[in-house]
Amino acid sequence: MSLDALYQQIILDHSKLRHGEGLASEEPPAGASCGESHQLNPTCGDEITVRLAVVDGRVSQLRWDGDGCSISMASASVLTDLAEGIEPEELRKLIEVFRGMLRSRGKIAADPEVLGDAAAFEGVARYVARVKCAMLSWVAAEDALGQATT
Amino acid sequence: MVAIPTHLLHSAATLDNDEVRRIRNDFPILHQQVNGKDLVYLDSGATSQNPLSVIEAEQEFYEQRNSAVHRGAHYLAVEATESFEDARETVAAFIGAGSEELVWTSNATEGLNLLSYSFLNASLPGATAESARFALGEGDEIVVTEMEHHANLIPWQQLAMRTGATLRYIPVNDTGALELEEAVRIIGPRTRVLAFTHASNVLGTINPVAELVALAREHGALVVLDACQSAPHLPLDVKALDVDFAVLSGHKMLAPTGIGALYGKAAHLNAMPPFLTGGSMITTVTLEKAAFLPAPQRFEAGTQRISQAIALASAANYLKETGIARIHEWETVLGQRLVTGLSAIPGIRVLGPAAGQERIGLAAFDVDGVHAHDVGQYLDDRGIAVRVGHHCAQPLHRRLGLTATTRASTYLYNTTDDVDALLEAVSGVRSYFRV
Repeated sequence: MSLDALYQQIILDHSKLRHGEGLASEEPPAGASCGESHQLNPTCGDEITVRLAVVDGRVSQLRWDGDGCSISMASASVLTDLAEGIEPEELRKLIEVFRGMLRSRGKIAADPEVLGDAAAFEGVARYVARVKCAMLSWVAAEDALGQATT
Repeated sequence: MVAIPTHLLHSAATLDNDEVRRIRNDFPILHQQVNGKDLVYLDSGATSQNPLSVIEAEQEFYEQRNSAVHRGAHYLAVEATESFEDARETVAAFIGAGSEELVWTSNATEGLNLLSYSFLNASLPGATAESARFALGEGDEIVVTEMEHHANLIPWQQLAMRTGATLRYIPVNDTGALELEEAVRIIGPRTRVLAFTHASNVLGTINPVAELVALAREHGALVVLDACQSAPHLPLDVKALDVDFAVLSGHKMLAPTGIGALYGKAAHLNAMPPFLTGGSMITTVTLEKAAFLPAPQRFEAGTQRISQAIALASAANYLKETGIARIHEWETVLGQRLVTGLSAIPGIRVLGPAAGQERIGLAAFDVDGVHAHDVGQYLDDRGIAVRVGHHCAQPLHRRLGLTATTRASTYLYNTTDDVDALLEAVSGVRSYFRV
């Protein structure tokens, strides 16, 4: 397994041009139901706060602030692109598929049809120590989504 | 007993790459490939590797003498007890202590918890009169430093919280040294315990033990020295330093995990309340109460880590025969090569003392624009093992404005080639991550 398979171009790009970064950059839409979650990886100190807004049965906005490695930052950026515009239930399923793929130690191939750009994180599944990095923002989104939809 | 490799005996000259290559032959684990590259192990600050003589010492115990110690009258029990107590004498002598002053622990963390819990027990109702000098309460102060490993911080935070004592800390300056002028202001009549690290696991700084001990003595405070990063790497004499307590971890000094030691002045240890209680640490037991043995047995409840203690003694012998002063000298060469080389790479900020200033053989650094986890992954791909993260020193990282760094740490089996391999690899990190 080469390093380039882990650090795919999509990941390096998203780690630099971070979509959705900046909780303060934009207010949640008026009338939105919001949730916010802070997650920390105690082994390395990486952390992220994700705020998610649901309007009319769809995720209308995802914003985040974080500090961490390229995998965790790129993962939050990709998540933003995928989450905005879909229904809460679709996002829940997406998070499950992403988690299943990452925890499979390479046994479950990433399906780009389902995961889109998140399929680029397939290589992370081979590095057990890095799975938490990729999951950090998704766990935060899952928690925030739970708050926004109850 | 397992013999020390003959090439280690009677060498007086300074260590050099040729001798280090011979030393490397004693360490089976170093001779392997990782990701298709020769392993470059630069993570001894986290855990060191075991020479064959240490591995064999543990194996020999299980093959020849395995038995419970300090009980049973049969041949194996006697053999095991003698080996166990011989090991204590060896490790105690290695740090300049007497056998009755060396308590086996699982690691340095347990040693520090033993102290803090014993002091807590001395502060609770039912404590004996002789343990009163360890009791803490409101108005008392515990002083640590800003550069402590969490193991020498959290036990004291907890003790302060539970007794009402106040925890204070000596700040670190930008070059990674303790602010001694502040220390003079902070350590005072209220100070009951001063706990600090001999050498920083992140900065590489060697702290001025004599000055700090003198300050503590002025005010009658107890001194606790974290010797995790010093006992394995430089000559350590706890009596000469005149500290009250010191802790070390075996796995950082060529021994297996699961064994460490607490040194304490005998008069202290024999007056302190026990931490863990149970078998092997008592004299008379009734259904209502128990009386306790003197140290070290007083603090060794239950069946002990016998083979690990024997292995730690074997490790201490290996270090002694190689010459701990020679090891320190060699690691100083490696440490300076690390700092000088890393500082010359654009975008690299080395923490702690600048090149030319005293430091142990390690360097933690920040790579501008690249997270430490990514740096570690890149180096691992090249067969280079380093530590990434906060190195169990979050407050220190926060003080330096960082959350995570990369640390390369050397030992007696590292050549200058190992350092150069790291430097070359680090030079390529920023371009790989398009910074």
